[in-house]
Amino acid sequence: MSTIAIATKATKRGHIAEGFVFTMFRIGTYFVLLCATYIFLDIGIKGGQTVFQKTAPFINVKFLTEPPQTLYVFDYQGKKMELSDREFREWKTTHKEDVDVTSVSYSAGGIWPCIVGTALLVIGSMSLALFIGISCSIYLSEYARDGRFIRLIRVAILNLAGVPSIVFGLFGFGLFVIFFGWNVSLLSGWFTLGLMVLPAIITASEESLRAVPQGLREGSLALGATKWQTIRKNVLPYAMPGILTSSILGIARVAGETAPIMFTAAYAMRDEMPWQVPHWTNFFFQGVMALPYHIYVVSSKIPQNEYTERVQYGTAFVFLVVVMLIALTSILLRERQRRRLSW
Amino acid sequence: MVSLIEMPPQTVTQQIPQQEDRPINETDGATIMIDVRDVDFAYGNNQVLYDVTLDIPAQAVTAFIGPSGCGKTTLLRCINRMNDLIENARIIQGAIHLGGVDINSPKVDVVDLRRRVGMVFQKSNPFPKSIYDNIAYGLRIAGVGKRSQIDEAVEKSLRGAALWDEVKDRLDEGALGLSGGQQQRLCIARALAVEPDVILMDEPCSALDPIATAKIEELIHDLKKQYTIVIVTHNMQQAGRVSDHTGFFYLGRLVEFGTTSKIFTNPSERRTEDYITGRFG
Repeated sequence: MSTIAIATKATKRGHIAEGFVFTMFRIGTYFVLLCATYIFLDIGIKGGQTVFQKTAPFINVKFLTEPPQTLYVFDYQGKKMELSDREFREWKTTHKEDVDVTSVSYSAGGIWPCIVGTALLVIGSMSLALFIGISCSIYLSEYARDGRFIRLIRVAILNLAGVPSIVFGLFGFGLFVIFFGWNVSLLSGWFTLGLMVLPAIITASEESLRAVPQGLREGSLALGATKWQTIRKNVLPYAMPGILTSSILGIARVAGETAPIMFTAAYAMRDEMPWQVPHWTNFFFQGVMALPYHIYVVSSKIPQNEYTERVQYGTAFVFLVVVMLIALTSILLRERQRRRLSW
Repeated sequence: MVSLIEMPPQTVTQQIPQQEDRPINETDGATIMIDVRDVDFAYGNNQVLYDVTLDIPAQAVTAFIGPSGCGKTTLLRCINRMNDLIENARIIQGAIHLGGVDINSPKVDVVDLRRRVGMVFQKSNPFPKSIYDNIAYGLRIAGVGKRSQIDEAVEKSLRGAALWDEVKDRLDEGALGLSGGQQQRLCIARALAVEPDVILMDEPCSALDPIATAKIEELIHDLKKQYTIVIVTHNMQQAGRVSDHTGFFYLGRLVEFGTTSKIFTNPSERRTEDYITGRFG
């Protein structure tokens, strides 16, 4: 009689252990899924109420195109009034009677300056980080010969990637804001954020450069091209899409970080838009509002009530959508890239 | 080591001769294009060439044969200083002269050298650009900007590489869409476009089917009228078919060098005979 069909004690134990471990893995996965769903639903539903509306044009245009204003809430002739700063002053000109007003900061109007400010911070810091990062990666992967000094540089880059963002913020504050005297400004923010994403960009660029086959370099050099001609015409163009797509994830990080900009670039409230400057040079030395900092301010710097919750969730929702759009672009670009270039 | 070409010592000229100055191939012997003298070569501490001396005649095909790791590709890559790219790789002693000029002398610009000595690689490496741009690449980096001049050179090079008729209607299409054999001929055309004197070929047919191989061999036969060709090959029959002179390398040494007919029919060395008849390697 065959013994294969009879499960021994040992195999039984094995099956029990396996079942237990599988269940643990499954629970872990479901837990992640649950958390993510909860976060997205919570922000989506609550924020959606601010950003969308039931009547045409279905999107709360004011929220996306106006600066934040103080909200005035009061009872007037048995009706509950919710007026923004500007509306309230207009209303006052026609109604002379005294009313008992509750004012809530930032809870009327919109977040347009924050969207603009975040866009400016992202564009500036990414341009800076891409320029320095690509130069650095070309040096490291194409020119530098391996040695103790190069290894030291690589360790330094790795360490830079591990520095907490608040430390970058303080560093930027000390160096750019105070020592260079740039004050709280776009320029200080660009450099601080740029330095923060630099390690990610260098790593991504180096990988993309290394993915370009050596045969293309040799083929070019064998035709009498100099090293720089080879890199510029026959290496960098093929590495560039990879560098850019990987860097888009860096954009999400730059857009999202609060700590590096809170001392260097962000204003809680500013009435002028960034382009309303007396002279073009002033553009670089002005502070801006930014989405993550605005969330921080409206969630922790002002008294909380039902009105502040609207702007908190609305901002978070817009912010999330912006970051998701950026990530989506990155994924689409990379897929297109993979189809187009193959060797 | 036996050298069958007895040549008087080369007179050393100061300048690299231009193409029109190039001596005409003599029927009874050959003008020496590349003169390799006592070359020892090492990658770091790993010496791979020992005391290699040979003369490569102009406007002829010279083949390097030998088992893997015997140093034939290394020597080939010394001729256009491709080994400069490898860290710690260096010629320990000896010299290589091209047209009488020491190619490793500080006065020689490696960029000029490589423009004179083209190379076709084992793995065909067309650039991921259009067919046209592949050929134009060498001219553009050399500073040729005139469209008409480039057009002309593209056609001439593609005809020279026997590829024109196959691709003339799709010059703007990507080079990666060509077949393996066509890609390799495109690489040859690309090398021809900059009008070199010497073309080095590193096992150009190793990844090709017999028909594509035959086409390339035919091409090599045509090209030697104008160019000095040095070819590294694993394929003995190929060396026999295309080359005028053959060098047999073994363990970093040049065992025997002579006319191909001599090497294949009446080698002086026992090891050459054993390798050629397939007893080892």
